[in-house]
Amino acid sequence: MICVEHIAKTFKVARREAGFGRAVKALFRKEYTCIHALDDLSFTIPDGEIVGYIGPNGAGKSSTIKILSGILVPDSGTCVINGRVPWKERKEHVQRIGVVFGQRSQLWWDVPVGDSFDLLKEIYLIDDVRYKKNVEDLTELLDLGDLLQSPVRSLSLGQRMRCEIAASLLHDPDILFLDEPTIGLDAVSKLAVRSFIKTLNEQRHTTVLLTTHDMNDIEALAQRIILIGRGHILMDTTLADFIDRAACSEVSPTGGASGEKEDKRLEELTASLYTKLGI
Amino acid sequence: MPHTVLSRYISFFRIRFTASLQYRAAAIAGILTQFAWGGLMILLFRAFYESDPSAFPLPFESLTTYIWLQQSLLTLLVPWAYNTDIMDSIQNGTVAYELCRPTDLYTMWFVKNVADRVAKVCLRGLPILIVAALLPAPYGFSPPAGGINFLLFVISIAFGHIVVVALNMLVFISAFYTTSTQGTRILFNMLSDFLCGGVIPLPFFPPAVLAVLTFLPFSSIQNTPFLLYTGYYQTASAILNICLQIIWIVVLVGGGRLWLGKAFRKVTILGG
Repeated sequence: MICVEHIAKTFKVARREAGFGRAVKALFRKEYTCIHALDDLSFTIPDGEIVGYIGPNGAGKSSTIKILSGILVPDSGTCVINGRVPWKERKEHVQRIGVVFGQRSQLWWDVPVGDSFDLLKEIYLIDDVRYKKNVEDLTELLDLGDLLQSPVRSLSLGQRMRCEIAASLLHDPDILFLDEPTIGLDAVSKLAVRSFIKTLNEQRHTTVLLTTHDMNDIEALAQRIILIGRGHILMDTTLADFIDRAACSEVSPTGGASGEKEDKRLEELTASLYTKLGI
Repeated sequence: MPHTVLSRYISFFRIRFTASLQYRAAAIAGILTQFAWGGLMILLFRAFYESDPSAFPLPFESLTTYIWLQQSLLTLLVPWAYNTDIMDSIQNGTVAYELCRPTDLYTMWFVKNVADRVAKVCLRGLPILIVAALLPAPYGFSPPAGGINFLLFVISIAFGHIVVVALNMLVFISAFYTTSTQGTRILFNMLSDFLCGGVIPLPFFPPAVLAVLTFLPFSSIQNTPFLLYTGYYQTASAILNICLQIIWIVVLVGGGRLWLGKAFRKVTILGG
């Protein structure tokens, strides 16, 4: 159970206009602007749910994930996950969650994937039997085959991402945070990742919070969608309702928005919804 | 096998150790460089010694031993031979993964650095010492001044190693506060090499300067163990210098932990 109430986070960013003169001026006096990355964010996610967390670039998705995983401390608000405040009981909390940052790697670059897994076994203090079983299961489900013997540097992005996801699940987390897990993947890898997440949720009842820009991920996986823009939650609803509302926002030249909605790609609908919401 | 926190760090050590062992060409190049560098230093000092040997605080044999120890234990003790992975991970945000592990970040990074340095010295150190020991009398590597000297040398090496890694940790933590780590790194590398006796051995500094340098953490790194080995220190100053090493370990590790805790609370991981 994830319970977030009135979370706010502000970043102070130095900024100046382009140009040499401005740069010199900034040497003496720096101007800062406050960016309200998150503003009064509240939501609750029950166990075993898959939630699609969407919004345009810079909306605050990754910041939310970082707060939920105990890396970032919010300025105000509370967050309780399985009875713990992530940033206060960090070690106990992270023992129970898995995180994948799609744009970063947690595997050691210059050793075989299996060695990285062995290290994670020690870091999370996973016992031998459970570890062996998990590696076997994950190898099968994610089709890792003999990838575990290859050094990470020799893997393709799709292969690496499957290994990254496996690495985040070795310790049987109750909750999995996926931050853009399908970024840059080819169609085959995307489908593999999606079907894996679905299986994981069905078999292990793992709660999944997924951020992505690929609306097909959302359509394939999420029962519920949370839409965030400029640090605010704009919509917290079911997938079907989201599609309806996105379709209504479409300004079609023929006026027949509802009739055509099946044919419209979800991506286009989402884009026009973003435009309408001004985010 | 029951899991203990210790086994966690041992396996951490093992993975870094095995990863470092695969860089054979780097090790060979390192050995050759250190051997050439040591030889040139000795030839340079020989020229000075020929003009007036009595003007120097160390006998020539002690100096050559000091230099060969310095070259063979370079990767273990020299302040600038740290792994930049940690700084890079702070810069590019990969540190996010390390922050969501159920481990103590300071200990994890410390162990990682110890493993890197120990692995490298295992490959490079011994060949240099063996060849240096075979060189003719004043130029080669001499045995320790005595049994007790050797024992103190070994203990002091371990302490010096902890001091240098604890200092490196401060450089890493500073990366949380700077946009680019290049400046900090250059400043630290140059200054620490000079102050720890990497350019000229510390006893060669003027007495007034030496009096100050002795009490800085840099002299605890390699100067203390090397001078214990060559028998330069009398009992009293041997005890004093080992005590200084212990004090610096407490101060640097304690300070580093506090600072990392503080940096951790205000960390912002950009992008993504």
